[in-house]
Amino acid sequence: MSDNGHGIGAPVKRVEDFRFLTGRGTYTDDINRPNQTCAFFLRSPHARAQIKSIDAAKAKSAPGVVAVFTGGDMQCGGIPCGWQVTDKNGEPMKEPPHPPLAKDKVSHVGDQVAVVIAESLSAAKDAAELIAVDYEVQTPVVDMEKAIAGGDVVHEEAPGNLCYDWELCTAEGGAKEVDDAIANSAHSVSLRIVNNRLAPNAMEPRAAIGDYDLASGEYTLYTTSQNPHVIRLLMGAFVLGIPEHKLRVVAPDVGGGFGSKIFHYAEEAVVTWASAQIKRPVKWTAERSESFVSDAHGRDHITDVTLALDAEHKFTALKVQTLANMGAYLSTFASCVPTYLYATLLAGVYTTPKICAGVKAVFTNTVPVDAYRGAGRPEATFLLERIVEQAARKLGVDRVELRRKNFIAPDAFPYQTPVALQYDSGDYHSSLEKALAMSDWEGFAARKKESAANGKLRGIGISTYIEACGIAPSAVVGSLGARAGLFEAATVRVHPTGSVTVFTGSHSHGQGHETTFAQIVAEKLGLPMENISIVHGDTAKVPFGMGTYGSRSLAVGGEAISRALNKIAEKARKIAAHLMEADAADVVFANGEFAVKGTDKKKAFAEVSLAAYVPHNFPHKSAHDDGEGLEPGLEEQAFYDPLNFTYPAGCHICEVEVEPETGAVTVAALTTVDDVGRVINPMIVEGQVHGGLAQGVGQALLERAFYDDNGQLLSGSMMDYTLPRAKDMPPLSGLQTATTETLCAHNSLGVKGVGETGTIGSPPAVINAVLDALAERGVTDIQMPATPFRVWSALQEAGK
Amino acid sequence: MRVQMTVNGKAVSGEVAPETLLAQFLRENLRLTGTHIGCDTSQCGACVVLCGGKSVKSCTMLAAQAEGADITTIEGMESPGGELHPLQEAFRQNHGLQCGFCTPGMVMSAADLLRQNPSPSEEEIRHWLEGNICRCTGYHNIVKAVQAVAAAK
Repeated sequence: MSDNGHGIGAPVKRVEDFRFLTGRGTYTDDINRPNQTCAFFLRSPHARAQIKSIDAAKAKSAPGVVAVFTGGDMQCGGIPCGWQVTDKNGEPMKEPPHPPLAKDKVSHVGDQVAVVIAESLSAAKDAAELIAVDYEVQTPVVDMEKAIAGGDVVHEEAPGNLCYDWELCTAEGGAKEVDDAIANSAHSVSLRIVNNRLAPNAMEPRAAIGDYDLASGEYTLYTTSQNPHVIRLLMGAFVLGIPEHKLRVVAPDVGGGFGSKIFHYAEEAVVTWASAQIKRPVKWTAERSESFVSDAHGRDHITDVTLALDAEHKFTALKVQTLANMGAYLSTFASCVPTYLYATLLAGVYTTPKICAGVKAVFTNTVPVDAYRGAGRPEATFLLERIVEQAARKLGVDRVELRRKNFIAPDAFPYQTPVALQYDSGDYHSSLEKALAMSDWEGFAARKKESAANGKLRGIGISTYIEACGIAPSAVVGSLGARAGLFEAATVRVHPTGSVTVFTGSHSHGQGHETTFAQIVAEKLGLPMENISIVHGDTAKVPFGMGTYGSRSLAVGGEAISRALNKIAEKARKIAAHLMEADAADVVFANGEFAVKGTDKKKAFAEVSLAAYVPHNFPHKSAHDDGEGLEPGLEEQAFYDPLNFTYPAGCHICEVEVEPETGAVTVAALTTVDDVGRVINPMIVEGQVHGGLAQGVGQALLERAFYDDNGQLLSGSMMDYTLPRAKDMPPLSGLQTATTETLCAHNSLGVKGVGETGTIGSPPAVINAVLDALAERGVTDIQMPATPFRVWSALQEAGK
Repeated sequence: MRVQMTVNGKAVSGEVAPETLLAQFLRENLRLTGTHIGCDTSQCGACVVLCGGKSVKSCTMLAAQAEGADITTIEGMESPGGELHPLQEAFRQNHGLQCGFCTPGMVMSAADLLRQNPSPSEEEIRHWLEGNICRCTGYHNIVKAVQAVAAAK
C-alpha cells in the first residue's frame, strides 16, 4: 500500500492526455504501411435483393486498380456470433450465414457486395462505379411486428424471421403462474414501450489495415477494436482459418467505441484476406455515411409490460414480452443483449417476487443490432422505471414512496432475484436520499411556478436503476451459451531498475486505463506514476485478453492486474527477506519499501528488483526444486475469472422545461448518484458519468435510427441523425454527479464499474420528467425520442 | 497541381489532385495526423484548423483554396519550447477529453472563440461549439476548460 498521492482514490490527471492534446495519438487511420493500397467497399443500395450477376471486368482494368473481389472469390467462413441462445422449445437459435462479401443476396442497405483495391482511394471509388451488379430487388422486411406475422423472410434459414423465441421465467408454474398472480393482484398497469434504435457514432469511424508478410507468413490486422484478442480468435478461427501464432491484431488508439467496436466486422476479414491475395497492405477507412449503414446499431425493442401490485402497493408480478431487432445478421454479441443482459435485470432494485420475460429476436433487412453502451440494461431499466412511474400515477401515490416501499433492503444482501442473478451488495435507499437532497426535490414546486410564469411547463423525473457489469463469470455465461470465457489476463513486468510495465487484455478507447490501472500499481507497489507504463491493444505484446465492454475493464481487467501485483509483491518480499537476512514473515512492504519489522533494515523496491535480475545474492531454486527457492526475474501473470457480475446501482433525477408552443424540451438539471463500488479515480468516474448522460439524453430526446418501409435509413448522416451537442446538455450549474459506495463483495478492489451508468439510469429520468411536465395538460405517455414534434403532437392530441 | 502554404510556421508545398481536401493534404502529404476526419457532412468538427487565425473545417476546404494561407493545426499549438497552449493545459486539468478524437478540433475551435471573444459566457461557449461533436465527455468538462482559459486571461 502507498500514500504517494497517486494511489487509489486520487483524481490523478490522465497520463494519455498529452499525446491526444498535441496531435500525437496514433489512431488506425493515422497508420500507413509501406506499399499500401486503398480499399473501397461497394455496398448494397437495396435492403433486400438477389444478386443475379456481378460484372467487375471494367473496374478491374480501370486506372490504378490492383484488384476487385466479390463474394465468389472469397472462400472462407462466415462472420460468427459469439453467443448461443436456446429457445424456449429447446431449439438452438437460427444463425443464417453471414459472408464477409455478399454471395447470392444482399440483406440490408450497406451490405458489402465487392471490394475494390487500388493505388489511391479516389481510383478505388471511381472503379467501384464501373461494377455492374444485376439486382433482383425484393420487398424488404423492415417492421418487426410485420416480420413475425408471416410473409417475406430475410433468410430461408429463419422461418417467420424468428432467430429465437426465448423465455426467462423462474416461477415454478411458469408463465401461467405469473399471469395468475397479475390477475389476482389488487392493481395492475400496462404499457407498450418502444426502445428506439440508435446509431452509436463513436467519433472515430471504423478503419482496418490488413498487412500480410510473405517472408514470415504472418498476418497483421490494425483495427479500430475494443478487443483485439477477440478479433484474432473470431477472425482467425472462424472466418479465415489463420492460427493465432500467424495472426497479430493491433488496436492502437481508438476514438471511442461504446460497444460498436466490440464486434468482428466483415471489412476486417476482407482487408486481411485481400492483403495475402495481392501481397501488399490493404487499408480501409469508413466514411461516416458508411458507419451509419455498417456499424452495428443498438437497442430497437418493442415491449409490452404489465406490473401488478397488491393492495399495499407492493409489486407482486411483472410480465414482459419483447420483440428485439437483430437486423439482417447476427452480430458478435447480438443474441445475448436482449436475453442475458436484459431479462436478467428485470427485478431492478425491487423485490418483485414473480417475473416472466419472453423475448422474440427478429431478423429484419436492417443493419445488425448489437450491444451499444448499456446493452440490454438500458432497455430493462427504461421499461421498469416507466412502468413504476405509470403505476404511481395510476394509483395516485407518491412515486418516490412507491419506489422506497419496493426497494430491496440494505440488509438483504446477498439478494437472489427471481431472474437468475444474485446481487452481492448495494444500498438503494442511500443513493435515492442523496439524489433527492442534491436535486432539491422538495423545492421543485417553486421552480415549476417560476417556469409557469415564463410560459413553460416544468417537470421532474426520477429513475432508480441497477445494472450488471464486469461481464462475466465464465461458468455462468458458459451455462448461458457464451462460446468464450470472459475472464481477463494481466502480466506485470518489473524491470531491473524497478520500473514496471503492465500488459493488460483490457482496451482503452477513452476510459483512461493508462491512468487508472497505473494508480493501482502506484498503490500496491508504492511507485511514482512516471515509473509505470500500461500496454494494451496488441496481441503481439499482451499475452491474452478479452477486451473492454460491459464496464468490465476495472472489475475484471483491473482485478487481474491487482492479482498479478500481489504475486509480484509476494516474490519481492521473499527476495527482500533474503537480502536482509530476515524471515519473510517479518518483512513488511509499504510505500515502495521493504522493511524488517522491529529493525531499521530497509530495501527499496528498485533494489529488490535489481537483485531479481542480477541474482548474485539470491535465494535460488535448488537443482531439485525444494519448493522454497525462487527463479530470477520479476514478472507475474494472472488470469482472473470473476465469481459473479458486479451490480452498480443508483438514482438519476432530471428536470426539464417544455415550451408548449413548440414542444421543445430543455434539460434544466440532471442529478446522479451512482454506487459504482470503490472509486479509483474520481475525476475519470465523473467524466464517464457525464458522457453516459449525454448519450442517455440523446436517446431520450434526440436520437433515432429510422428506416422507411423500403429499408432505407433516413437518418443516415450526422446532418440527419441528431447527436447531442453542447447546448443540449444542462448548464454547468445544473449537472450534479455524486457517488455512494458499497463495495463489490467478490473482487479484492471492491470495484463495480461506471462506464454505462449514464446511458442506463438517465433515459427514464428524462422521459419521466417530460411526462411530469406534460401531465397537467393530460399527456400520459410518450415514446423516445421525445422530439419537439412528438411533444407538440402529444399536447395537441391531449388538448382535443 | 502544386500547392504552397505556411503550416505551423513552416513553408510547405506539395503535389495534389485538384479535389484534395485541406484535411487530406495535412494528414497524407504532411503527415500531420492530429487533424482528424470524423464525418463527411461538415458536422463533427474533428478536422477544425486555423486558417489565418480563423477556425475552418479542413474537410470542407480544398487544399488549393489554402494556397498561400497561414494554417495552424493542433501540432502547432505548443510553444516553441514545448509548453502546452493554455487551452491544451486546461483540457488536461479539467478532464475535457476522453478518447481524444474530437479533441484537436475542439481545441482549435475554442482558440478561435477566445480570439474573437476573450470572455465568453457559458451559453456563448456552448453555442460556439455547436459545430464540434464529442461523443465521450458530454461537453461539461470541455465547457469548463474553455471557461478556465477565459477566466485566466
